[in-house]
Formats: sequence, structure tokens, C-alpha cells
Amino acid sequence: MTKQHANWSPYDNNGGTCVAIAGSDYCVIAADTRMSTGYSILSRDYSKIHNCKADKAVLSSSGFQADVKALQKVLKSRHLVYQHQHNKQMSCPAMAQLLSNTLYFKRFFPYYAFNVLGGLDEEGKGCVFTYDAVGSYEKVGYSAQGSGSTLIMPFLDNQLKSPSPLLLPAQDAITPLSEPEAVDLVKTVFASATERDIYTGDKLEIMILKADGIRTEVMELRKTLSECWQHTLSIVLIRISTLGSLCYLELCLKFSCVVNRFSFSYL
Amino acid sequence: MFRNQYDTDVTTWSPTGRLFQVEYAMEAVKQGSAAIGLRSRSHVVLACVNKAQSELSSHQKKIFKVDDHIGVAIAGLTADGRVLSRYMRSEAINHSFTYESPLPVGRLVVHLADKAQVCTQRSWKRPYGVGLLVGGLDESGAHLYYNCPSGNYFEYQAFAIGSRSQAAKTYLERRFESFGDSSREDLIKDAILAVRETLQGETLKSSLCTVSVLGVGEPFHFLDQETIQKVIDTFEKVPEDEAGEAGEAGEGEAEAAAAAAPAEQGGGGAGDQDVAPMEM
Repeated sequence: MTKQHANWSPYDNNGGTCVAIAGSDYCVIAADTRMSTGYSILSRDYSKIHNCKADKAVLSSSGFQADVKALQKVLKSRHLVYQHQHNKQMSCPAMAQLLSNTLYFKRFFPYYAFNVLGGLDEEGKGCVFTYDAVGSYEKVGYSAQGSGSTLIMPFLDNQLKSPSPLLLPAQDAITPLSEPEAVDLVKTVFASATERDIYTGDKLEIMILKADGIRTEVMELRKTLSECWQHTLSIVLIRISTLGSLCYLELCLKFSCVVNRFSFSYL
Repeated sequence: MFRNQYDTDVTTWSPTGRLFQVEYAMEAVKQGSAAIGLRSRSHVVLACVNKAQSELSSHQKKIFKVDDHIGVAIAGLTADGRVLSRYMRSEAINHSFTYESPLPVGRLVVHLADKAQVCTQRSWKRPYGVGLLVGGLDESGAHLYYNCPSGNYFEYQAFAIGSRSQAAKTYLERRFESFGDSSREDLIKDAILAVRETLQGETLKSSLCTVSVLGVGEPFHFLDQETIQKVIDTFEKVPEDEAGEAGEAGEGEAEAAAAAAPAEQGGGGAGDQDVAPMEM
């Protein structure tokens, strides 16, 4: 008599990839904007990045977005309580510990969220903290989480990893790259991940944190395997509309919407 | 009121239908130093007098931020006030978490009032000994409420509580009709003037009062000493470093100094910096 397994799961994986790189005076946090379920797309423009407003700490999470949203709300409320009690904003390392505690608090019904927290520490140096679903965390120089992480992480290791930690004196976890180089690396890495990971794509949202403020950049990524197919369809639709055939136009629009959401790996 | 046989317990009525313990709690509010609140259509200003226990100690915090859009000024038992502020903060955070929108002020004061009422109907509790002036901004505009230890709350255009608050109330009664359309600056000026009324003769200095503002497009925040001093200087004849020198001779000099000050300011900050280092 084999064990009966649940035919319903409280979790779902909405896909997506998050990356963060720490620099000497900056931190780059990036995530794609595709939200999927199974082989379908739920949204091409959903942000996985949350600005904790905690003196430059930005959280990027992939996984089950409902849990991610709940986690972001809990952190926001806890940060408000901290501000009332301490009369100042939380530092990035403090937020890192809070996030770890919050995740472990639900050790036996975890938040299905794979987090990367990026920011500037109290000295103004970039710091990146990477987590697992139950709060185990580590301060690192760079990290990737999510569906494309297995594609991205080895490449980042190749580009950024400091020589073996066995070499003394111990190397700093800060990348020697300049800020524009780091942003460029992030864009490259996502472009490549989009090619092979079906859950990563659409748009890339990049947040660059520096002492004087936060800058956001958005870059287009591949939407489907054959981008031109979509483009052709839109031209066809415009041509049809000029002919004045409204119901045919409606049908085509409906079809294109279905196409937009369907099996993007096959188109 | 005098001691009588019906005032030991909060759960004992007097034959005339009064709860003396609750009334005694209201007396505690009158013992605290003054707190003043006023509102216009778009802003709420809370001000209070900083009275330190002794010269050696710092003054007690009487105005608390509850949320970006709500502030509270207290008078009476500050410990009770602190506890209630913490309660209000957590209410605001919980509402924000559940409804993703700021807590309407009217709701908050009802929660507060209900909490205060509980303490008037339990034999093992005592009423809170603090009066709260809750000022806030929500969709229906700017509001100012006063919460009593009795569990009652009232909405006001302007109000003052604490010791010597009657003087401030008299001042506010004369001026309140114009508050609705007041500009932010005029409202702050009126608040500081009301604080001055409670001091009754003592020279008004920026170190003696705390002022906070909140309004449309302006989250709750405290005004710094320099800003308060600037407002005081606009109506105080005696400049700050000559404070304490009252008298006709002093006034003649002061008027000349006041006339010279704008000229100095027009000429540039260099001269100013020697006279009053706090001026920027």
C-alpha cells in the first residue's frame, strides 16, 4: 500500500530570476519581469524587486509570488516598527538579519521565496546577502536566485570570483568591477539566461544603489523564441484594420492574445 | 471636588450618577504641561511646551509620530501616553498591512476611545491618566481629535490641554474661525503664539517648545529649532541673545535691532552669523 500523496499543493512556482552584484560603493540588483505558471505566462511586466526603504536595502525575490508579496509586506511593517522604536532606518545588515529571522519563523510552512538582498552597509560599501527558503543566509559579493540561477551563477563565478579563500590574506567579497561594468555584466548575463530558460525574459529591471540615491533601468529581453513572429502579427493586424474589417480584427486580436500567453517555448 | 465614599473604585457609581475615579483621571491631564493642536483644511499642527523635571534632566517627549499622516500630542501621565502611542502605531501598521491604505483618523480615535472605556468598567484596572490630541490627515481632510481618559472623544478645529491651557484656549477661541483657510505658515505661527499664551510671561524660546506639522503632501515631522526660532523672531520684539532684558530702554534698543536685522539679512548672511549663530 503506497503512501497517498496530496493532490493539491499550497505552492506554485512563478519562475523568474534575480541577480545582485556588490561593488565598492554601489550595489546592482536586477530581476526579470516575467511571471509564469506551468507553461503559461501570467504577466510580462511584474516587478520582483522591493525597495525596503531601509537606508538603501533592496530585496529581490523569485519563487511563489504570493509568498513573496506577503514577505515584502511583513518586512515593510517590521521596518516601520523598527523606525518607531529606534528613530532611524534599518541598516542593510540589520534588514538581512530580520529577513533571515522572518523566513525561519515559518520554518515548518516556509515562504516559497528565493531571496537576494542588496544594499550598502554602514560604511557605504556594497553588500549582497543571499538566502534559501528558510532563512539561511550569507554575505557575498554577488548572487543569483531563481529559475535562471543555475545558468547565471557559474558565469558570475567565472567573471567575479576572487581567488581561492585559502590564499591569505583573505580576499574582500567586493567585486573590483566599476558600476557601468557591473550593469553591463548583468545585462549580458540576463540576455544569455533568457535564451535557454523559458521562465526568464520579457523585461529586465535593474536597480543601481549608490550613496546619493537609487537609479532604475529597464531593458527589453526576448519575449518568445521567434521575436519576429509577434512583430509580423502586429503588422498584419494594422493592415487588416485599415481595410475596415472589424470582426476579423477582433478575431485576430483574440488570437494574438492567446499566442501571447501560450507555450512560449513553441513559438 | 472633595473626597467622598464613592470614589475608591472605578466601578462604583455615586448617587448623583458620577464615576469619580474617571473624573480624577481627567484631573491628571490638567496637571501635565500644555499641548496644543490646530488644523486648517490641509494641515494639522501640534505644539507643546517642553518642561524638564530639573535643570539637569532632558524634557519629556510629548508629541509622537503614529504614521506619516497621523501625530499625537499628550498631556498627563506620559508613561500612559507612551503606551497608547505604541498601541496607535501598531493599529496604523496593521491597518496598512491589511488594507494597503493609511488608517483613517476617525477610526483610530474610536479604537482609542473604546480602549479607554474598558478601563472605566473593570474593577482591576484604572483609567489612563493622559489626554491625547490626535491630529491626522485622511481622505476626508485634516482632523484634530481630543481623547479623554473617560473614553469620550471630540473633534476640534483647535484645542489645548494641560496646565494653563485656558490661556491658549482663549487665544484660539478668538482666532479659530480663520484657521480653516490658513496657510501652513500662519497655522504654525498661531500654534507658537498659543504656546506663548500658556507660558504667561516667561520669554518664549525655541528650546521651550516642540512643534510638529503634517499635511497634504507633507508627512508628519518635527520642526527644527531654527525654523521655530525664525517664527518666534517675527513676532517677538526682543531678539534671542537679549532675552530677559525687558523694560522701556531695552525696547527702544530692541526696535532698532529688529529694524537692523532685516537690513542685515538683505545684505547677506555674514553679519547675521556673528549675531545669532543659529540663523542660516
